[in-house]
Amino acid sequence: MDNDLKREIIIDNFKNPNNKGLIDDESYIKEKKASDSCIDNFTVQLKLDNDVIKDIRFDGEACAIATSAISISIDKLIGKTKEEALNIINNYLNMIENKDFDKKLLDELIIYEDISKQPSRTKCATLGILGIKDLLDK
Amino acid sequence: MDFKKDFPMLNNDIIYFDNAATSLKPKCVIDAITDYYYNYSSNAHRGDYKLSVKASNKFEDTRRKVKEFINADSEKEIVFTSGATESLNMIVSCFFKDILKENDEVITTKSEHASVILPWFNLENEKGIKVKFVSLDENYCLDENTVISMISDKTKVIVLSHITNVIGDIRNIKAIASEAHKRGIYVVVDASQSIGHINVDVKDMGADFLAFSAHKMLGPTGVGVLYGKEEFLKKFKPFKFGGGMNISFNSPKEIEYKDLPYKLEAGTQNIDGVIGLGTAIDYINKIGIKEIERIDNELKEYLIEKLKKLDNIILYNEKAKSSLVIFNVKGVFSQDTALYLDKYNIAIRSGSHCAKKLEDELGISNTCRISLYFYNTKEEIDRLIDALNNKNILEESIGV
Repeated sequence: MDNDLKREIIIDNFKNPNNKGLIDDESYIKEKKASDSCIDNFTVQLKLDNDVIKDIRFDGEACAIATSAISISIDKLIGKTKEEALNIINNYLNMIENKDFDKKLLDELIIYEDISKQPSRTKCATLGILGIKDLLDK
Repeated sequence: MDFKKDFPMLNNDIIYFDNAATSLKPKCVIDAITDYYYNYSSNAHRGDYKLSVKASNKFEDTRRKVKEFINADSEKEIVFTSGATESLNMIVSCFFKDILKENDEVITTKSEHASVILPWFNLENEKGIKVKFVSLDENYCLDENTVISMISDKTKVIVLSHITNVIGDIRNIKAIASEAHKRGIYVVVDASQSIGHINVDVKDMGADFLAFSAHKMLGPTGVGVLYGKEEFLKKFKPFKFGGGMNISFNSPKEIEYKDLPYKLEAGTQNIDGVIGLGTAIDYINKIGIKEIERIDNELKEYLIEKLKKLDNIILYNEKAKSSLVIFNVKGVFSQDTALYLDKYNIAIRSGSHCAKKLEDELGISNTCRISLYFYNTKEEIDRLIDALNNKNILEESIGV
């Protein structure tokens, strides 16, 4: 994927993120996830039904990388089983940490492949998805 | 004047605009610290040999310099701490904790730094005192008359920054203290952002307590000052016990503590840090605090004038008088702006700047902050403006 397209996807998802805004519904589980090194700050909501992710929502203020990454992750993970989702998340985290990973599992999330070259951005790229992972691990 | 030659960091092709977080250090300060370690490394106040006498003298020289720098009455009023945070915590834990009662009121504002507000929030939880916030004016600055009008019979303490670290308004502490003292109210001042930028005179402003850190005024990190009027400081209960602060200890009932300031300085002190602070004061005095203030103001006005010409910039604190400017680039998150500028080796701060209650007033929680100091230049500001004069900051910030 060329860099112009990557940037375009990131900016689209930053400006118009998927599922931004929390809802008042007790069938969702919720977690706050704040970065310890910068100002990114998310609250993530997740609804599971028979081990299948029915919905994920988020709110908070964060940079373009963090916001776009949670937006794309949400799109990718809704409808997956808990096991499938965790597999995608772990592959994504491996990619960010510059370890071996399965490209086929990640689709659009592949645009963050080079983020490990910007150490100050790796936490941005993982904040939201780690929040989702925490909720799946609960 | 060209200050660049005095600051080794400025030879690294960086533009440093985060002086409110910490200032750069002139070579003379770094040299004073290495001189101590190279030539007279020893403990202060502990030995009879020449080295230790020299270390003790240098350490105490700084106390005298601080006393003169802030116009305190006596060296007994100058306590060295690890920084403004510790000083501000000591003021609450060693003094006010014992004298305040449930429902006593402490007045402050929502634009204060965490170190100013949190010790009092903690005391509210522990003892049931009440922290009251004065509202800010339409420019997010503090009007002294609003503070004075909030004083009630329950008010016991007013705690304010001399200059706040986000909005950067310079508070009229003198007017507030004069009114407070008529009613027996204590005045606590955080001078972290004003020290080394404008004249800080504890007697003139009427501070009962004042705190600052060395590292924001050209000194090293890890050292700061707690100033307190002697009559109040005498009543401080030490919160650290150990060597250097006692005369004798025969049994729990027979402990004799040293006089001020030593009873509040337990353990081996940050000797190199204190010596470095002394040299920083010498350096500032050599330029002159009025001259520093003049340069700060000139740079600030120049920066505001240039930023106002850019149509992608939202300015938040144009009216504040100090050397801080907070802004956002339209449509760009503050951190993305900071990372974008970092590509040009321009260091600015983004975020809430530790003043998390300010969001209630400002309506936004995250901004970019440029904080200037006298060694910054108009050429540096021009380079910043060139970088900000770009329609594609967001696209270029993401680094993909």
